[in-house]
Amino acid sequence: MMAFAFYLFALGVIAGGLFTVIARNPVHSVLWLILAFLSAAGLFVLLGAEFVAMLLIIVYVGAVAVLFLFVVMMLDIDFSALRAQMARTMPLALLIGLVILMQLALAFGAWTESELAAGQIAQPMVPGIHNTQALGMILYDQYFLLFQLAGLILLVAMIGAIVLTLRHRSDVKRQDVLAQMYRDPKKAMELRDVKPGQGL
Amino acid sequence: MGEFLITPVGTLVIIIAQCLAVLGFVMISLLFLVYGDRKVWAAVQMRRGPNVVGVFGILQSVADALKYVTKEVVIPAGADRTVFLLAPMMSFVLAVLAWAVIPFDETWVLSNINVAILYVFAISSLEVYGVIMGGWASNSKYPFLGSLRSAAQMISYEVSIGLIIIGVIISTGSMNFGSIVYAQDTSAHFFGWYWLPHLPMVFLFFISALAETNRPPFDLPEAESELVAGYQVEYSSTPFLLFMAGEYIAIFLMCALTTLLFFGGWLSPIPGLPDGALWMVAKMAFFFFLFAMVKAITPRYRYDQLMRLGWKVFLPFSLVWVVFVAFAAKFDWFWGIYARWPLAG
Repeated sequence: MMAFAFYLFALGVIAGGLFTVIARNPVHSVLWLILAFLSAAGLFVLLGAEFVAMLLIIVYVGAVAVLFLFVVMMLDIDFSALRAQMARTMPLALLIGLVILMQLALAFGAWTESELAAGQIAQPMVPGIHNTQALGMILYDQYFLLFQLAGLILLVAMIGAIVLTLRHRSDVKRQDVLAQMYRDPKKAMELRDVKPGQGL
Repeated sequence: MGEFLITPVGTLVIIIAQCLAVLGFVMISLLFLVYGDRKVWAAVQMRRGPNVVGVFGILQSVADALKYVTKEVVIPAGADRTVFLLAPMMSFVLAVLAWAVIPFDETWVLSNINVAILYVFAISSLEVYGVIMGGWASNSKYPFLGSLRSAAQMISYEVSIGLIIIGVIISTGSMNFGSIVYAQDTSAHFFGWYWLPHLPMVFLFFISALAETNRPPFDLPEAESELVAGYQVEYSSTPFLLFMAGEYIAIFLMCALTTLLFFGGWLSPIPGLPDGALWMVAKMAFFFFLFAMVKAITPRYRYDQLMRLGWKVFLPFSLVWVVFVAFAAKFDWFWGIYARWPLAG
């Protein structure tokens, strides 16, 4: 049963990744990407890391991929021109891919596993503790400063984004909610007696 | 029979039967929810509502469902067929999927997982895809505008729902629904439930749930005066039925979440009466009644007001509340009502 689930999710990841690249329509690409994310979450559940799996779905599928989809839907892409350009750059891309593949093969070909490594994989957690609790203890006790630092970097990134896009414009009408709520009918409306056939 | 049930095939049969039981409950209650929704709406507007099919029109939803299914599926010429048909299915399947972890009684739950509340949150954060895909695949202006609105709206209110849930998790010390309900089982009964310590969050959660499920007064994605019917414009027949069913099931799920998080799940409000699934269903029905009332008595929000409310009011408020609950739980303020870790087990 576990093996069946593993192959199902693994197939999902591979198919999702593959079709993300080769799908002709960019929106379809994002949808395949979502399939890949979901399958990866399934693999995490099989590994017993259900907290990470749920985070993957909430953050990547529920928020990041939605924004991708949002942006991609707005794009007006000429597919034929894009494909023609792709045909031109294909040899170069293949060359780069080949070089990276060779480098990886050289690096990992000479890789031998030390006897100590076998004992190091997948450190078992303290029995009786859910992985949510275990993660919390590591993040908030052991690596507390690094965690704070990561938060600080995100804050800087957020402020950066705001600074880059913030423009004070005086020619735009703004909604002043308080003023709107405290407006009274006397100031807002004017009643006039209009005579028939004359208008104001 | 007993021997058959412990074989792998027997276990599979049990699992499928349990799934069908939950699905059956959801689908049958769906029929009466739609009917109840329309009746409440009609009563507020001094109309009669559905009253022809069956006694008091109680079978109206059955007739409507049959009508939807037997109609022709119209697919617009420029639509992306696959995505167009995938969208309603996704919206329906995701809505049903979340019920796998909702407990109705101490042992009445399909899957009792540790991260149950995160699972529900994850599934409900995916529900936006049905709307976006439907709007985009229709290849038409109104559905597209509706789906863009809904994408922004659902993501915004998810943030505050997440923060509100975090407050409850801090109080409980667990993400399991069972533990959350056990943590509310104090000697104070009704007044020991989380609604009292987390009182402001109950209102915020209810309003966020309205926005998250695109219910009035936040039904901007399908605002009929501006967008005809939003992302559902091009849908007919069964795909439309799936969209509508998915929407109602998601609303009912939000009722179940409110019940479990703040109103003690299956616990009995009256001391002396036994706890049980009936209480759970009764509370859910009550919150659905509130949802229906809100639909009937409130005018629709303007879109910029909706965004302002989500980001500038709900988000800071729920964030401050998380900090407050964290301090109250850590330092045992207010006689320890915010820290119930021993109760949760």
